[in-house]
Amino acid sequence: MKPVSLFLGCIIPNRYPGIEKATKIVLDELGVDWADLKGASCCPAPGVFRSFDKVTWLTLAARNIVLSEQMNRDVLTICNGCFGSLSDANHELKNDHSLVKKINKNLAEVNMEYSGTSDVRHIIEFFYKDIGVGKIKEAVTHPLDIKAALHYGCHLIKPSRERDLGTVENPVFFDELLEATGAKSVEYEDKMACCGAGGGVRSALLDKSLEMSNAKLLHMAQAGVDCIINACPFCHLQLDFGQVEIKDKFGHEYNIPVLHYSQLLAIAMGHSPESVGLDLNFIKKEEFMDKLGG
Amino acid sequence: MTKEPANLLEDEGFSFLTCMQCGTCTGSCPSGRYTSLNTRRIVLSARRNKDVYHDDDLWMCTTCYQCQERCPRGIKIVDGILTLRAESVHLGVMLPAHRKVAELVMDKGHAVPINDANRANRKALGMDELPETVHKYPQALDHVKKLIKATGFDKLIEEAGEQE
Repeated sequence: MKPVSLFLGCIIPNRYPGIEKATKIVLDELGVDWADLKGASCCPAPGVFRSFDKVTWLTLAARNIVLSEQMNRDVLTICNGCFGSLSDANHELKNDHSLVKKINKNLAEVNMEYSGTSDVRHIIEFFYKDIGVGKIKEAVTHPLDIKAALHYGCHLIKPSRERDLGTVENPVFFDELLEATGAKSVEYEDKMACCGAGGGVRSALLDKSLEMSNAKLLHMAQAGVDCIINACPFCHLQLDFGQVEIKDKFGHEYNIPVLHYSQLLAIAMGHSPESVGLDLNFIKKEEFMDKLGG
Repeated sequence: MTKEPANLLEDEGFSFLTCMQCGTCTGSCPSGRYTSLNTRRIVLSARRNKDVYHDDDLWMCTTCYQCQERCPRGIKIVDGILTLRAESVHLGVMLPAHRKVAELVMDKGHAVPINDANRANRKALGMDELPETVHKYPQALDHVKKLIKATGFDKLIEEAGEQE
């Protein structure tokens, strides 16, 4: 297993630091050789920056990858958007020498050079492929008796051409990881639907993006789940703070707690919900916290 | 001179011309259930060289890639939409909210920078107030700013017009 550098992105360290803390806890508990990726910037966000200028998107993404190359580590992302951005950029650069020449001309401005020696990983596929469901299960000391609505998020599995994670219509690998914690992954209508935040839609067309989230939340609520599990802080923000916005704008109240998988796994390893920032979420539910604590 | 949409997409390797207008993309689109986005129409407009660069619907795509995954002809629809968007930005079209996101990265290196509440949250969790990103390393932020200048991104955002 190649050592990894931890790429935090923007939303995790700056809005949901509990996810950062939980990730570091679970990586330590699983014995992963990880290090902070010091000085990394925004990935930059794939849906918007690639929409503005492809060369800028590739240059800033390449800089983040080079920081990891310099440490001789693969990049480990905790966010679907960061994964989409960095892994797609890495793939383009690894397969296009003329593009590398162009990007390296920009990187020379800061004495950097992209060489294509690091891969970009997402924590969920890293857990599944490199750690394994069995080892995760072994690390769980406090199995959780909860029903969860799993949200894969789009960019973890799509575009599938470079992801190597099997079907995008009915994937199961994340469900297996979820159930390794003792939780039950509950089926719900339109499970693979987008949360509605990506591509700059949340920032420019908030109401429309919330209509998409509302449909998702309604289906989750109809399935009678205790919580929502995700692997993307942007989906996390949309489904957590989005519930506050939806209540305010449309009058629908769901009150379903939202957790990143790292937080859930840390809790299943015996860490308290508060120690991984669950009480810092917008949606707080005492009954659920008790269930986790008990 | 601006390239016509069909030529732009062809040069970038997107086979929009092979579209048989089956509508699978539109039927699969989560955004299209709530917005006017009709991916099938965008593909058709682009191949007919209509002015898709000023089409508001381009910006309603959440880039979930469902249309692209399901397209029976394997057309890279989302990647094509991103290419059309970029050409649109280079023609001066940019939504005010997107300009703000771009400016945040130019200024702070993060699309969502730290704020006081989350500095406090980090401390409450026993973490450093600032993460190990450009927020903590000013020289790293300088590098990001230099690269943004090198690609001309700062000028592009400055010149991009604001839509109502």
